[in-house]
Amino acid sequence: MNQLLYFFLYAQIALCFFCLYRIIRGPTIADRMVGIDIFGILVVGICAIISVITNRTFILDIGIAWIILSFIGTLTLAKYLGGKKLNE
Amino acid sequence: MSKIIFIILLSIGILFNLFGCIGLLRLPDVYNRLQSATKCVTLGCCSILLSLIVYYGFNEIGVKALIAIPLLFFTSTVAAHALIRGSYFFGIKLGDKSVKDDYKEVAEAAKNKDSKK
Repeated sequence: MNQLLYFFLYAQIALCFFCLYRIIRGPTIADRMVGIDIFGILVVGICAIISVITNRTFILDIGIAWIILSFIGTLTLAKYLGGKKLNE
Repeated sequence: MSKIIFIILLSIGILFNLFGCIGLLRLPDVYNRLQSATKCVTLGCCSILLSLIVYYGFNEIGVKALIAIPLLFFTSTVAAHALIRGSYFFGIKLGDKSVKDDYKEVAEAAKNKDSKK
């Protein structure tokens, strides 16, 4: 049971490296931001699996905070790409 | 019994994440990459959080996962929409194999409206 959970954890961490490849090698700036967005969603899954393994609840709080922060960051960068000022 | 459903939901989530990330690597342009990755990865992570609810019931962990699911659904879809709209206005071209661009007229109308102000 525990070994299976560790296998899922390592699989999820390996998927994060796919996103890192896209962040590093992306041809345009939008590719890099897509990579950052997907990375932020994958981290929530990692937090969920770690909270099952260690049986502690505060790690899910980190996941919830990470969702909100990545949402705000992506919206800000999308406004920058659209060519608008931040107060419009 | 709940342990078996927990394992099944967890492996479904990891599989969806894997398909989304393969799409992120292999598809030709930004729009295809985003529409593949954001849908699959959102559904996969929601499946992982749902498995926590099944395994723990209405525990502390279960309720927190129940809060996180709608938050993840709404924020990730809205962020993806804003991101792809911004990258279209930034002027990133579609891939070589794409045949039709339906958004062009709407984007030009919006640009004219902005320049008139």
